[in-house]
Amino acid sequence: MATTVQPQTGAKPAASLSNEEILRYSRHLIMPEVGMEGQLKLKNAKVLLIGTGGLGAPLGLYLAAAGVGKLGLVDFDVVDFTNLQRQVTFGTSDVGKPKSEAARARLANLNPDIQIQSFETQLTSANALELFKDFDVIVDGTDNFPTRYLVNDACILLGKPNVYGSIFRFEGQATVFGMPDGPCYRCLYPEPPPPGLVPSCAEGGVLGVLPGIVGSIQAMETIKLILGRGENLVGRLLLFDALGMKFRELKLRKNPNCPVCGAHPTITKLIDYYEFCGVRGEEAPGPTVQVPEITPRELKARLNRGDDLFILDVREPHEYQICNLKGHLLPLGDLTRRVHELDSSREIVAHCRSGKRSAEAVDFLRKAGFRKILNLKGGILAWSDEVDPSVPKY
Amino acid sequence: MPVKVMIPSPLRPYAGKRDSAEFTARTVGEALGHLTTEFGELRKHLFTEDGKLRSFVNVYVNDEDIRYLAKENTPTKDGDTISIIPSIAGGTREQCVLGFVSDNGIGS
Repeated sequence: MATTVQPQTGAKPAASLSNEEILRYSRHLIMPEVGMEGQLKLKNAKVLLIGTGGLGAPLGLYLAAAGVGKLGLVDFDVVDFTNLQRQVTFGTSDVGKPKSEAARARLANLNPDIQIQSFETQLTSANALELFKDFDVIVDGTDNFPTRYLVNDACILLGKPNVYGSIFRFEGQATVFGMPDGPCYRCLYPEPPPPGLVPSCAEGGVLGVLPGIVGSIQAMETIKLILGRGENLVGRLLLFDALGMKFRELKLRKNPNCPVCGAHPTITKLIDYYEFCGVRGEEAPGPTVQVPEITPRELKARLNRGDDLFILDVREPHEYQICNLKGHLLPLGDLTRRVHELDSSREIVAHCRSGKRSAEAVDFLRKAGFRKILNLKGGILAWSDEVDPSVPKY
Repeated sequence: MPVKVMIPSPLRPYAGKRDSAEFTARTVGEALGHLTTEFGELRKHLFTEDGKLRSFVNVYVNDEDIRYLAKENTPTKDGDTISIIPSIAGGTREQCVLGFVSDNGIGS
């Protein structure tokens, strides 16, 4: 059954389209499922995008193109070169600009008839309710657990739909939370996994097309909610496996004991989501373990001096191909099994990309009895910054 | 015909890079027991130290959440698919939770 969203009251709703708008939206208008009535619903709709990155790119482009009358863009980040592989709203000339503003400019060029508001701010418990209240639909295109729970709880407290999408490597998930009688994110995952449970971060990455597909699914669900047409993903978790090119779906049930959307909620206002998720600071937890370190400059000086140092590279083979310091490659995940390859009598300097995985390697090896072992502080990234800029950063 | 257990990407490094495994099992608990016996490293990701399924790991038999069936005692029959569905943040640069990192890619 189709579920529709009620537009927020405020300004008087538009009752007609200009001739230019009729021409622009003609391929919508000639579809009976949209028609003039549907296009006016889109024109009067207000959608807030949390995140203008990988998922936010197709979301912003398609919702602006479709004529959603007001788009809000929340992002505090700045465009960098590694974004361009998938965040197709941005061009090379946008690198260094705030994402919310770069996206606003791109979408305004795509559709000058709509209102676009950029919020160059981090979504927090202090500003979420105020930001959300003027919008009909909230679309979650964020990239971290604290913000996911924050968006969910704020949507439940305000009674707003939350169009959810997330991605990992070749896999994506999408659904619609926060509808009356439908489940919320906490019904699915009452609590986040503790950080650091999984030691290796080596298997990250995402194929650039994947957020394009998942974000497009979110855009489609948003438009269906506005039009009140079709069957939306309420109560269904759509799983997409790009490698196998398979879609599956799982049933999502509303948890009657859900702490936020259940019959007797225990969470009735926004909380500290970083604390809730066990993440301190802004976004990235620092190295999980404290180990003896050497800076890139110290390492360079010692190598120049001819010191006998064994360079241990704990990254993955495909990363070694990108760039390396001619070290001995032994991926962190294989360390336990291949520790016999290392000579504990020699002085070892372990490194990875940023210094985090190698800190874990050093910690492990120290516990295994290695005494003369140091972690290269800041990894290959710092080496490139401080010693040899010819080494590419990735 | 045995039960098929689908292993999500973030857990594949701990399961010999396999995307699925098949076992003969009468319940979900039994199938996950076989899985973590074959791939010992998976155990701590799925179970607490006292052997309970971790609260943030969702397990489905076909398209049904076992929390709304008989949890780990949910019976399985030949041909059933058990899916382990971890939460994906789609995360920040270095956030690494249940192996799920970011849209930005490389973890560390």
